[in-house]
Amino acid sequence: MNGPQDLGGQMGFGLVAPEIDEPVFHATWEKRALGLTLCAGALGKWTIDESRHARESLHPADYYASSYYEIWTKALEALLLRHGFITAADLAAQRAVDPAAGSMRILTAGNVAATLARGGPCDRPMAAPPLFAAGDRVRTRRTNPSGHTRLPRYARDCVGVIEAVHGGFVFPDTNAHGAGEAQEYVYTVAFTGEELWGETASSGLTVSIDAWESYLVPA
Amino acid sequence: MTARVRALETILVGKGLVDPAAIDAIVETYETKTGPRNGAHVVAKAWTDPGFAAWLKTDATAAIASLGYTGRQGEHMRAVFNTESVHNLVVCTLCSCYPWSVLGLPPVWYKSPPYRSRAVMDPRSVLAEFGLGLPADTSIRVWDSTAELRYLVIPQRPVGTDDLDAEALAALVTRDSMIGTGLARSAGKS
Repeated sequence: MNGPQDLGGQMGFGLVAPEIDEPVFHATWEKRALGLTLCAGALGKWTIDESRHARESLHPADYYASSYYEIWTKALEALLLRHGFITAADLAAQRAVDPAAGSMRILTAGNVAATLARGGPCDRPMAAPPLFAAGDRVRTRRTNPSGHTRLPRYARDCVGVIEAVHGGFVFPDTNAHGAGEAQEYVYTVAFTGEELWGETASSGLTVSIDAWESYLVPA
Repeated sequence: MTARVRALETILVGKGLVDPAAIDAIVETYETKTGPRNGAHVVAKAWTDPGFAAWLKTDATAAIASLGYTGRQGEHMRAVFNTESVHNLVVCTLCSCYPWSVLGLPPVWYKSPPYRSRAVMDPRSVLAEFGLGLPADTSIRVWDSTAELRYLVIPQRPVGTDDLDAEALAALVTRDSMIGTGLARSAGKS
């Protein structure tokens, strides 16, 4: 979706503000928000793609006014409501007033290290060969899907060169909506600055995205 | 947000869906075990072991795993090497994708709109805001992490470090140098 998350090339946000000796967390609630997000994800009822889509589905004014862990927390509430783990009554009461939907296998402290070390690989086997090879010229599709996509607006309908072929990966555009993993080849596609930004682009600039095969057509 | 997050934790613990000790363990992992020291180890090894550097170029996931750095947000790694003529810079314009297994959790600026909006369009100005001015003839290569590959920049080894061992070299490798918003520190400077 053309949502608030799609920031490449937007203007008006001001200077980057690097922080000297930045702490890992800036408040205790941020620690709990990260932990809650990972623990709730470990319940296994939604994918990383669905959680990203929940974040970018915040109203743009809300998204831009929120810090990153605020965005995570608001999206987590939406995911928990959507999947029936919590109710509006629970949130209003700030405690569990509605019964749990059933017993779940949850992430315990003893399993955290192994779970984090395992991660969530999303490469998948492919039956057919890739359509493109390194060095091929491709054009990204001009598309404006209402659902989740990982093709940023600034790199749509642009001509680039396949730099690397990475094998099959879960397709976020379907997976975010419970429509299956539908794996596709992923490619690193490199674009000149001029192709993306026009003739005033800074010289010597190359930008690449990692694109699923169906984002691309031969150029 | 303190009250809102506390309420959510209370609800989820009350329903038996979250173990608060698991949250503690997750926080401890990212505060004390997983951070830029991991990545600095990888970079120093690449500087001192040509075989490892070659492995890192062809299969970064396996090379990095051989040092014990695996797992969440490091499942599919790619290492990109700075040279005299090319400087690499990593961003995620769409969210906050970042190689947790080697760099830990991303800094606030990496997740914020100014960096995400401008790194792909005006990287020289962004680098200037980090105090980094590159020669005009240095090409800038920006990697937008739009899929599940996670990028680690291998900065150039500082000059005058021939007599340093890998441990001393790792101390020169800053987090920002592995994102591309900085360079490795010079020897002798703290």
